Amino acid sequence: MTVDETIRQVLAEHGRLAVPVESLADDTDLFGAGMTSHASVNVMLALEDAFDFEFSEKMLKKSTFESINAIRAGVAEMTGA
Amino acid sequence: MSTPVRTELRVGLDIVAIDEVADSVECFGDRYLLRIFTSHELSCCRRNAGPGGADTWSSESLAGRFAAKEAVMKVLRPVEMQLDWRSIEVHRMTGGWCQIRLSGKAEELAVDAGIDELSVSMSHEATVAAAVVVGWSSHRDRGVA
Repeated sequence: MTVDETIRQVLAEHGRLAVPVESLADDTDLFGAGMTSHASVNVMLALEDAFDFEFSEKMLKKSTFESINAIRAGVAEMTGA
Repeated sequence: MSTPVRTELRVGLDIVAIDEVADSVECFGDRYLLRIFTSHELSCCRRNAGPGGADTWSSESLAGRFAAKEAVMKVLRPVEMQLDWRSIEVHRMTGGWCQIRLSGKAEELAVDAGIDELSVSMSHEATVAAAVVVGWSSHRDRGVA
């Protein structure tokens, strides 16, 4: 499974989005698509499980989880990919 | 001549679905609980299952506290940072009511904003928990009005 596929799977399982994850563009605002602050916590924890790292404190901001592009960048920074 | 004081009332409100919190506890367990809640908050939300039994949690109490933390963030207005949820504690007093206690960056933000008083009220019904937080900010103007 690719990084993008994993991110989309995590969003589908934990993002509680108001729209199907397949309909999201990479730059769609996830909070605008219905993801709540609480759901973003679950997304964060599920990403840590999926990619086997723990987000650093400086990464723990709303903008890290605001879109698939932003999440991909955060994952890349944490995994060094 | 006394220094002018500018006052501002700030209000934060948040609601959380209780089943979302229950799902998070079931899915992520201690990783979720210890990332979000202080030991005091957890002690207030624990339902002891008794000898030999695992602890269970009051999802509505956890959800109310999460809502309170988010409501405090709306009052503190952090820019481009996510405050550590544990730096905002819902502290239950012996009389049963709750107060907000801040530490770390949350406390710094409150000091910078001149917020010296926060008041919280939480409630829940079958499916959702809600919290409202009011902060009173008093800035002592240093310069020209």
